[in-house]
Amino acid sequence: MNKLDANFNFHQTALNLRAQRQELLAGNLANADTPNYKARDFDFSAKLKDAVGKIASPSGLLGTAATVVGGAAAIAALPATLAAGSTFSAAKSLLTTSAMHIGLGKDQADSALSDAEVKYRETPQGSVDGNTVDADVERNQFADNALRYEASLTILRGDIQKMLTVLQA
Amino acid sequence: MSSLFNVFNISSSAMSAQSLRMNTVASNLANADSATSANGQPYKSKQVVFNATSLGSPFASGVAVQKVVEDDSAPRLVHSPESPLADENGFVTMPNVNLTQEMVNMISTSRAYQTNVETMNAAKTMLQKTLTLGQN
Repeated sequence: MNKLDANFNFHQTALNLRAQRQELLAGNLANADTPNYKARDFDFSAKLKDAVGKIASPSGLLGTAATVVGGAAAIAALPATLAAGSTFSAAKSLLTTSAMHIGLGKDQADSALSDAEVKYRETPQGSVDGNTVDADVERNQFADNALRYEASLTILRGDIQKMLTVLQA
Repeated sequence: MSSLFNVFNISSSAMSAQSLRMNTVASNLANADSATSANGQPYKSKQVVFNATSLGSPFASGVAVQKVVEDDSAPRLVHSPESPLADENGFVTMPNVNLTQEMVNMISTSRAYQTNVETMNAAKTMLQKTLTLGQN
């Protein structure tokens, strides 16, 4: 992974996860009056550490090299999958046939949430209809998450500005 | 598709569900004294049943109105012998609309709707800020 990419990767992953968390919290707020709905959330910092760790680790590079071996077979299989109407977005990452290729979109797959990671929120007092959404908690988390998303954007913008300054100097 | 775009789908599903709930509240309050209806029976209070539905996202879910049910609780009996609808004891069967419950429902609906509008606005701001990333 080149330096430029590594520099942006952290914030890209963070923004990706923040957006996913925002969606979850919006779902909780939307279902504040749905009987038996259980509020869900995930541990942001743990997931971020996990996703960034996966991208930065050298085993990730070994992984892309290993896909090269099976690359020819994957290409042969490609027209069949296209004919079946599958979309590229489902694949989550680009097909690489050479070790020199950049595995674009790999980080996207790493920041995808699994069912085990999305937990159910514990509530001190549930409601009679089995709903565990506490609108105050959700709204608080929602505002917090939105602010941190924008903070990430601001820092990212600063990084881009710094690079532009260097390039134009 | 970005997760933030899906916030729009989720919030709008909740807004349309809440507006349907507001419609039933309006219907219930308007017909609180309708002693007779199209089928000859007194009006029955209507209640919506919400249901969480997946909207393309694996974890976050939107809201759909599963069904609108009629409240089967006992009707209110009013002593009014002069009414043409009165039975042999002079009682008129009135709708089972609970005014207090409906008022609470109305406030709760209105607040829930507002929350979802704000959610949508927040997502919109976030997307707009993302679009201007890299600009001065």
